[in-house]
Amino acid sequence: MMSHEQVQVLPPALSMRSVQKDAAPSPKMLVRNMNFYYGSFRALADINLEFPENQITAIIGPSGCGKSTLLRTLDRMNDLVPHARVEGEILLDGENIYAPNMDVVSVRRRVGMVFQRPNPFPKSIYDNVIYGPRLLGIRDKKVLDEIVEKSLRGSALWDEVKDKLHESGLALSGGQQQRLCIARMIAVEPEVVLMDEPCSALDPVATIKIEDLMRDLRNNYTIIIVTHNMQQAARVSDYTAMMMMRPDRAGEMIEFNKTRQIFTNPQDKRTEDYVTGRFG
Amino acid sequence: MPRTSFDISISQLKINLLEYGARVQHVIGDAMDTLKTRDRALAESIIQNDTALNQTRYELEEQCYFLMATQSPMARDLREILSIQLIAIELERIADHAKNLAEITIYLGSEPLLKPLVDLPRMAELCQLMLGRALDAFAQEDAQAAQAVAAMDDDIDNLYKQVFRELMSYIVEDPRTVTRAMNLLFAGHNLERIGDCVTNIAERVVYAKTGQLEDLNVQREVS
Repeated sequence: MMSHEQVQVLPPALSMRSVQKDAAPSPKMLVRNMNFYYGSFRALADINLEFPENQITAIIGPSGCGKSTLLRTLDRMNDLVPHARVEGEILLDGENIYAPNMDVVSVRRRVGMVFQRPNPFPKSIYDNVIYGPRLLGIRDKKVLDEIVEKSLRGSALWDEVKDKLHESGLALSGGQQQRLCIARMIAVEPEVVLMDEPCSALDPVATIKIEDLMRDLRNNYTIIIVTHNMQQAARVSDYTAMMMMRPDRAGEMIEFNKTRQIFTNPQDKRTEDYVTGRFG
Repeated sequence: MPRTSFDISISQLKINLLEYGARVQHVIGDAMDTLKTRDRALAESIIQNDTALNQTRYELEEQCYFLMATQSPMARDLREILSIQLIAIELERIADHAKNLAEITIYLGSEPLLKPLVDLPRMAELCQLMLGRALDAFAQEDAQAAQAVAAMDDDIDNLYKQVFRELMSYIVEDPRTVTRAMNLLFAGHNLERIGDCVTNIAERVVYAKTGQLEDLNVQREVS
């Protein structure tokens, strides 16, 4: 018999509709009337979107439509870009992360990010994982050891590296490096995980491992993934947001729905054209 | 941006399905003719040709699997290919029911028919008409036309009930007629099943067009 945990990680399309809970999960993050500017250029226009808690939401759309820009507004990564400006609200558990009194460091601890290319620090596997906790002031070796094991188990890397924790993180394969970056991120126990094309530099086997890992992580984190790979969005996500570029080159959200719906019966003609490969 | 080679493949697949449908539609008429005219030779050829019709269904299915495996169809493309695959299966079932009619002709041998055939040929004509319209609805991607086709199944069901009552009265009147009556009843049953298969085809046409999975049989009974 399947355990409760196993049932939870089933892709949503494989659970029978009749036994699915009808209530939509409450939103963990909420984007409200958001406009994003690089100087005078509006890169994102009137974005309204919610990211349901403990679900995977994929953001898809053609190149240049603002997917990564949107993702980077969710942990204030765009703060680092000169002349970048956000209008509107982005709420994390109901709190506006752009409120003047909001601590950016705390936002980035609660909202972690995994990038396109694995970027481990040129340090040992162990030091990579404890980098964040150490910055947060944790010094106890026993506690740090526990964090390392828990994080590496959480990113499905422990069994492969447990005997070489003090070797360089850069010596790992691309897929392992990406899972090390995921371990490094979950070591500080974020609540939301942002993934920007996390598998585009990986081979198919490593990609499947990351996708399986995402399905596991979903039990504890709210995951938001930007991907060009529509099969990946269809495989891993519960919800899908479709973006397009407007004639004025600002990115807009054109359809948000359950992934099952977006890939079998999208409501917007532009989504239909995009997911069937006829966009352009 | 068109996906030229994929679009051509789907169009070809649709043409293949429509040609298959036309062959199956023809067999329904031929099978009924064997009963009417007691044409044993034609009945035998229908039974023999059924293998070829089964084979075509597998070929169509394989073409669908090939496109699914190589083209990763999504949304409307996915629904169309899935529908074609299921319609091909229904068409093969219809051909099997037609083959059963031809087999009844052979069972009956030279024994005279219990009664002149009136309702059974009408049922067969309706089946052919219904199938033709369902295939048109598929070709035109017309969900409303498909729903109208499903409603025609009521007429076939009513004729079948009539045939059933009539044959029962023969049996009650003279139990020696039971074998011949049962053979005709079995013919009626096969035609009634063809109506159900065409209804299933209509459901797939609606799904391909709208993405809605509707039970057209149940809906009609409720309304």
